[in-house]
Amino acid sequence: MTVAMTTPTALTAPPRPWGQRIRYGLTDAAALTRRDILVWTRVPAFMFFTIIQPVMFVLLFRYVFGGAIPVSVPGGYVNFLMPGIVAQSAAFASFGTAIALAREMQRGVIDRFRSMPMARSAVLLGRLSADAVRMVITVLVIVGVGYAVGFRFQNGFAPAVLMIVLAVALGLAVCTVSAYVGLAIRDEESVGSFGLIWLFPLTFVSAAFVPIQTMPGWMQAFAINQPMTIVIEEMRALALGGPLVLHAWESAVWLAGVVLFFVPLAVRAYRKPS
Amino acid sequence: MADQRWGGPAILVEDLRKSFGEVAALRGIDFVVEKATVLGVLGPNGAGKTTAVRILTTLLAPDGGRALVQGFDVVQSPEAVREVIGLAGQSAAIQDELTGRENLEIIGRLYHLGKGASISRAAELLERFDLADSADRPAKTYSGGMQRRLDLAASLVARPSVLFLDEPTIGLDPRSRNAMWQVARDLVAEGTTLLLTTQYLDEADELADEILVIDHGQVIGAGTSETLKDRIGGDVVEFIVTNRLRLADAAAAVSGLSDTPPTIDVDSAHISIRVGNRGSRALVEAVRALDAAGIETEGLGVRRPSLDEVFLTLTGHAAEERTEGEGATKGRGRQRHPKQQAGALGAGEGSDR
Repeated sequence: MTVAMTTPTALTAPPRPWGQRIRYGLTDAAALTRRDILVWTRVPAFMFFTIIQPVMFVLLFRYVFGGAIPVSVPGGYVNFLMPGIVAQSAAFASFGTAIALAREMQRGVIDRFRSMPMARSAVLLGRLSADAVRMVITVLVIVGVGYAVGFRFQNGFAPAVLMIVLAVALGLAVCTVSAYVGLAIRDEESVGSFGLIWLFPLTFVSAAFVPIQTMPGWMQAFAINQPMTIVIEEMRALALGGPLVLHAWESAVWLAGVVLFFVPLAVRAYRKPS
Repeated sequence: MADQRWGGPAILVEDLRKSFGEVAALRGIDFVVEKATVLGVLGPNGAGKTTAVRILTTLLAPDGGRALVQGFDVVQSPEAVREVIGLAGQSAAIQDELTGRENLEIIGRLYHLGKGASISRAAELLERFDLADSADRPAKTYSGGMQRRLDLAASLVARPSVLFLDEPTIGLDPRSRNAMWQVARDLVAEGTTLLLTTQYLDEADELADEILVIDHGQVIGAGTSETLKDRIGGDVVEFIVTNRLRLADAAAAVSGLSDTPPTIDVDSAHISIRVGNRGSRALVEAVRALDAAGIETEGLGVRRPSLDEVFLTLTGHAAEERTEGEGATKGRGRQRHPKQQAGALGAGEGSDR
């Protein structure tokens, strides 16, 4: 138990070559993507957030509030509603990201990963690509339900596809925020109760469900300029026709900004030891 | 790969330090673990055991000092360290919703074993850890012991040469604990080096070749279980006096056996006396002395001190607040007593490196 008199020199490990680094980054992320998707298929709660809840929102807004809200878009309220509800559902779907990451932090799963020779980026990258799959499913289900209750794209096939792509991009951008929240809070229950609170003002004080002109003046100022409205207006223009260019740029800048801001934060939270 | 070039110990730690804000978790600890041996790191909650493990497994950067695992510095070459280690923590780091098999296969993929090798390694480990029958059930249906076994299996997927077990048996029933111990012994027999943290003294006694006692982030005792026991005064002669009224006479009769005065527990009429390493000789003397004084006794015998007593003596407090009397009930070595030697031994022996 005595420490050696001559202190041995540490071995030096050659740095991993870049090609291998990139290959591991991709295969590790792919393995975790598969794992995350597999987990969802086993958890009823995730299916609820992914499918049942958004469908319920569509039906409630379409039939409960729909009659009371006058809008001036072709096809009436259901057409006005759908881009908004798609955006909201994509954003809300990020809840699962925060919960899952907080849980893995808490349970020591992420500690195990950090003690393994796998790519550091893989946990986040794998999670986000699995989330992208989930977003696509959510959005397609909602659009399908929308079609059943009277919604119709007015602007042709390509813009309709672009609207769906934009919704998924929005959902993923919100996922990066959620990832940071989950990794920073590291406690499933706290994340669960903190949950979606911060998303409610963003989605409801926006152009998602009602025309902004019906809100009080002070609120309009926020509602018009906040990112959800900007993205939703762009989605609406893609779905129903209207000027595209301005909101397209603003949407891209906002989404890229959110991702660029929160990914480094999330990576830092992931690296930071508990 | 590294193992061939490195002739030194599996783990080498020098003056390792770590603070969390104001709180010093490790105040400069040193130790080495030779290949294919078990180091038991013993200490109460908050002693710094987990911090040491987290530094050695590259999860936490130390503030100072040096730590080498299979020759690689945990700060300079963390990726090389990760190639050779396995970690099983206090909680089961497994994915509940997935089956045991899926959990292990995914870990295999993340170690870049390739698909076929991941599948066969998973099957092999499930068999070895007696989980084959439950392999295709979600892990959340497993008992606590099964989950911990699965977690341990996961840490072994890439056949690590150094395995860290952070309180591996905490909260396990005795049967699962024995199973866990057997696995640990087998691994060491196969050449794995094991660093095990525990609050359970009997666990360290059972498994460890060397024991490191730490408290408040410092090493306060190190050596084999036997040397630690010798250090605190060696063998104990003990007995119960049948007639309580003669307790004082009995103590007087045996007081010549040792320089340290006998310890008397009035409630149980129990007397014990430390006799260094001359256990059987002292026992004979005790029998004669008591017989000469005409004192009847029960359960007269000599025993080695338990690690409980070692810990108590070194730290001046008990190792843990044991729940439900689980764990070490070895012989009768449970009486809590003097703190007076603790200071001297703890301070003197602990800082001699």
